[in-house]
Amino acid sequence: MHKVMSLAEAVSRYVRDGMTIAMGTGLESCIPFAAGHEIIRQGRQDLALVGPISDILFDQLIGAGCVAKVIAAWVGNVGAGTAYNFRRAIEEGIPRRLAIEDHSNLTVALAVSAAAQGVPYLPTRTAFGTDLAREHPRLREVACPFTGARLLAVGALRPDLTILHVQRCDRHGNAHLWGNLGISPEAARAAETVLLTCEEVVEEDVITSDPNRTLVPGFLVSAVAAVPYGSHPSPTQGYVNRDDRFYDEYHGETRTREGFLDWLNRMVVRADGHAGYLRALGEARLAGLSPRAPRLAAPVSYGF
Amino acid sequence: MATGNARQGTRRQVMVAAAAREIRDGEVVFVGMRLPLLGFALARALHAPNAVGLFENGVIRDSPPLAPIITMGDPPNIAGALACTTLVDVMGYLQRGRVDVGFLGGAEVDRYGNLNTTWVGDRGRRTRLPGSGGAADIAALARRTVVIMHHERRRFPERVGYLTSPGYGTGRGWREGVGLVRGGPARVISSLGVFGFDQASGEAVLERVHPGVTLEEIRAETGWPLRTAPDLRETPAPTREELDVIRRFDPDGMWTG
Repeated sequence: MHKVMSLAEAVSRYVRDGMTIAMGTGLESCIPFAAGHEIIRQGRQDLALVGPISDILFDQLIGAGCVAKVIAAWVGNVGAGTAYNFRRAIEEGIPRRLAIEDHSNLTVALAVSAAAQGVPYLPTRTAFGTDLAREHPRLREVACPFTGARLLAVGALRPDLTILHVQRCDRHGNAHLWGNLGISPEAARAAETVLLTCEEVVEEDVITSDPNRTLVPGFLVSAVAAVPYGSHPSPTQGYVNRDDRFYDEYHGETRTREGFLDWLNRMVVRADGHAGYLRALGEARLAGLSPRAPRLAAPVSYGF
Repeated sequence: MATGNARQGTRRQVMVAAAAREIRDGEVVFVGMRLPLLGFALARALHAPNAVGLFENGVIRDSPPLAPIITMGDPPNIAGALACTTLVDVMGYLQRGRVDVGFLGGAEVDRYGNLNTTWVGDRGRRTRLPGSGGAADIAALARRTVVIMHHERRRFPERVGYLTSPGYGTGRGWREGVGLVRGGPARVISSLGVFGFDQASGEAVLERVHPGVTLEEIRAETGWPLRTAPDLRETPAPTREELDVIRRFDPDGMWTG
């Protein structure tokens, strides 16, 4: 079965209305913005988004009207603070009402980890006494069966789909990731299936040359799309740095609903796919995001 | 905030120096961004060369990032790290009790050190903030926490409007009562002064007043009847050595100017 396909085809085949989708699982880096933009272009609706923090990707999908619910620990703009579409949706129901299941980073991570391990819940000692744990649909106090100690059970959360942006993978979806990992490995294991965007599709022997770096095995993956700069404006270690200015500009441009719609039309809706988005950014800007020099790890030997 | 002079340091430089003094040598620190990150860099450079920093995205470092960063996932915070792993791994150290001190901020902090980063109200209008992130976990599970806050009355209410990250709740004993196994705030470093917490009541007690700030000013910007320590003193201004290090890590004054 051929898994390598265009981003448009991958989204068309594997993203359905009403799905629960984990994205932005690496926290501030490797956020699959290009995939999110394609979901907006294809007009998916009623999605539930899962992530510890999403930076502004969730804000864009919310503003575009694709989202019914957010299950997350933090929704904002990491550089600038407020995410205006998120606020408009929660406070005023614009462009539609948005349900939120509030979490801490650890509780959402454990919810996804429970699903990854195929168990109904995992216990934790966090979040006691907080308002976010109060009357929470996925957090319940339990007694430890061994000691009787008070624990918080975090119910499993199984995404229909996890979308990851990774540095490189082979045509089967065996993926090498490096840098901070957030909850990406657990989110891949927890989901029904995985859609990968990557900076590079590489030969299988590149992957098998360093098996410790394979954090997503291909048997979990349905689709692979080669999307260089697919995490822009978030960074992908070794390939592209963070576009700090973009976050500040977005903050200013999306303060009003009209401003956001202008931004959305210009950068996403009327852009001819991800290539069009990159053209709108301009070559000089992209060139400025390249790492100044490679910083190679010492080779490791798997000799026998 | 940008008061002070080159010799004494800006208000934010005073805060960074105070934050650094909360880190002891050899400690494992849950590091935040901005001022706490500078505080960690300062502590490592001067009195705590063996401190180790954990970031909730999975990064473990024993050195400051290789260039100024906006987020903990920025490439200069990954390059040269001791380890890059998962959120559950680093938060596991926290839950296991291996993290000595965690830094926190917030939109509101109250009399018992509880933090709100979720909902604030102003004249009947509720404003949604980004939420907990890892703050509730750090507040629940670190051995102690240090809160860094801009000091103004609306941010220092008697009681937070929403409890995102637990301090001492309604007083000493509350944490044990709700099921928390350790921890609690040790200090609040504000833009005006430094608070400790009363052993018996769990209430914030003003211990230090920053240079150039009056007690009346702090009273006016605090939403509860202010208690002061018997040995209330001025916060030590950053030394020349401390200022040199802060300027090295924040050359353009992006965080401390």
